[in-house]
Amino acid sequence: MPDTAAKYELPRILGVPFPFGHAFGAPNDVEMQREVSEAAIDLLTDESAVTVRKDLEHLEWPQDDRTAYKDWQPSEPSPIIGYNASRRDRIEEKKQVL
Amino acid sequence: MPVDSYRYLPRSFREGFEAFPIQETEPVRANLAVPITDAKIALMTSSGLYLENQEPFDTDTELENPLWGDPTYREIPRDTKQQEISAAHLHLNTRDYYVDFNVALPLDRFAELESEKYFGSLADINYSFMGYQQAGTPDWRSNQGPELIGKLKEQGVHALILAPA
Repeated sequence: MPDTAAKYELPRILGVPFPFGHAFGAPNDVEMQREVSEAAIDLLTDESAVTVRKDLEHLEWPQDDRTAYKDWQPSEPSPIIGYNASRRDRIEEKKQVL
Repeated sequence: MPVDSYRYLPRSFREGFEAFPIQETEPVRANLAVPITDAKIALMTSSGLYLENQEPFDTDTELENPLWGDPTYREIPRDTKQQEISAAHLHLNTRDYYVDFNVALPLDRFAELESEKYFGSLADINYSFMGYQQAGTPDWRSNQGPELIGKLKEQGVHALILAPA
């Protein structure tokens, strides 16, 4: 998430338009993975005094957004999701009691 | 045009990410000490990859305590083969790592670029951890972080590319 990285002023940021878990691209897409790898290496040579961010927005993920949105997510919601949902329910219950 | 960080996230997540507190530490910036053609580069992924002969990341404890994430890391040699890789991560679909782990830790791509002299060399040992961590990452600050830095220095690594999953 390049926006989060920029918020923390990380020195060199490479933004890629890929779903979570696929920082270097799609499976078996050697060309895509090479382009991301080369861009990451190139950033290392930047000697700017401030955060540098490069975005590879031209790269195209091979799935439509709707499919990609679902596909990167685990089959079961992660534990923190359930925890936060329970917490919200408890807060709502307390509000209603008050 | 910048990529959209939230393109594949549920809308409800955006507020949480944008509300992350900013840590009050000075940004650290260092330039490469050598030309890129001499630089030794290590890779690090937060995708939860591990070798079949290693202990998996502890997802059982995270299931019991949702505020905790396994803080350990694994060493992944540069010549690791696809069939040697497994993955443990409760926040991602790990299916694609069993097809092509280079999507998260591109050892093969970096080995190719090394042979083409695009950069100096890929580190013998690269690293993987599981990206869901306890707030404040206390273990990383006091243990894993300093330990990892020591190992990178021992290998003579000039730069670490961190690929968050």
